[in-house]
Amino acid sequence: MTTILLAIVTGAAFGAVLDRVGASNPDYIGKMLNLTNLNLAKAILLAIGTGSVLMFGGQMAGLVDVGHMSVKTAYAGVFIGGLMLGAGWALAGYCPGTGVVAAASGRKDALFFIAGGLLGAAAYMVTYPAWKASGLLDNIAGGKVTLGIVPGAKYEGLMALPGDLLGIILGLGFIALAFALPERLVPQKASPQPAE
Amino acid sequence: MSLNWKAGGLLLGLVFFLAVLLVKPIGVSTQFVILDGIIADAVNPDLVTRAAEGTTSTNAYLAKSDGKYAKAVASPLNYSFVFVLAMALGGLLSAKLRGGIPQADRSVPALWRANFGGCQVKRYAAAFLGGFIVLYGARLAGGCTSGHMMSGMMQTALSGYIFAAGAFAAAIPVSLLLFKKEA
Repeated sequence: MTTILLAIVTGAAFGAVLDRVGASNPDYIGKMLNLTNLNLAKAILLAIGTGSVLMFGGQMAGLVDVGHMSVKTAYAGVFIGGLMLGAGWALAGYCPGTGVVAAASGRKDALFFIAGGLLGAAAYMVTYPAWKASGLLDNIAGGKVTLGIVPGAKYEGLMALPGDLLGIILGLGFIALAFALPERLVPQKASPQPAE
Repeated sequence: MSLNWKAGGLLLGLVFFLAVLLVKPIGVSTQFVILDGIIADAVNPDLVTRAAEGTTSTNAYLAKSDGKYAKAVASPLNYSFVFVLAMALGGLLSAKLRGGIPQADRSVPALWRANFGGCQVKRYAAAFLGGFIVLYGARLAGGCTSGHMMSGMMQTALSGYIFAAGAFAAAIPVSLLLFKKEA
């Protein structure tokens, strides 16, 4: 029962923050991905950095259970799937989590995104054996690995570096990047000026 | 009101941290499979079998990893599924409290309108197609923006970096191609 209560609290908080940060607004996603307004990218970088510093810092202080980490497997399909997700994300302006939040907040196009998503997930369930047979789901670089070796974690490290310290350094790097990133990367189109 | 990137990013980071502190890293896209499984199992009760030796499925994907997904289909009142339902609730309340989404943006968002016009059918078709590609890709990758990119990179997972590289390598060119006019 406690886990269900935690699911409600953390899930609701996540949904609310996604709404407030603008991640469930396809206009903000579109402006981030066409590089005309990077405020959302800055927020995402800051979030990854903050989460990383708090988690690894908490681990080093003995306040965060290392066993709660859950590292996903690396395989070629991760990149291919990432390409697909990226293309669809740009087209629709939604990813799985933000699509759910957007639909709940009253966006009708997000309902179509979810319907398409359910069909896409079902299509993968049916075609999974072919991917499995192709070898593209086979581990690369050790599969479930972190960049450094995290003390007490069940995962191998890609490099022989202290993983918790590396996590804090990378986290600070993400935070620095969030501040360094300009608000836009594509120059503003000049508004029409009368010819001189 | 929307938050600026500093406050928003900090809060978002706190939520990701709290999730891993209290339970486990955040992820969403698996639950599309679980909902598919629940629907399919209602139509065809043979899909998921509950036996003494464990819950499994006739679908190879649901049956993988000792029937992990089949178990979630059989008992949807689990952390990850309720988490996604609660996300909807949180998003709904947050949007209501700031006055809701403007009526005009509810079917066709402004940036889309500026580039492709106000036709609802066209926008819905694009959202549907986008959803299909996103979830197919997320399942192939084994996670989405939340699980791979945010939770993964936060944990320094190699897979998270590979995923983010792929996602942005496609998303930025596609967006530059589609959305040339600014809203």
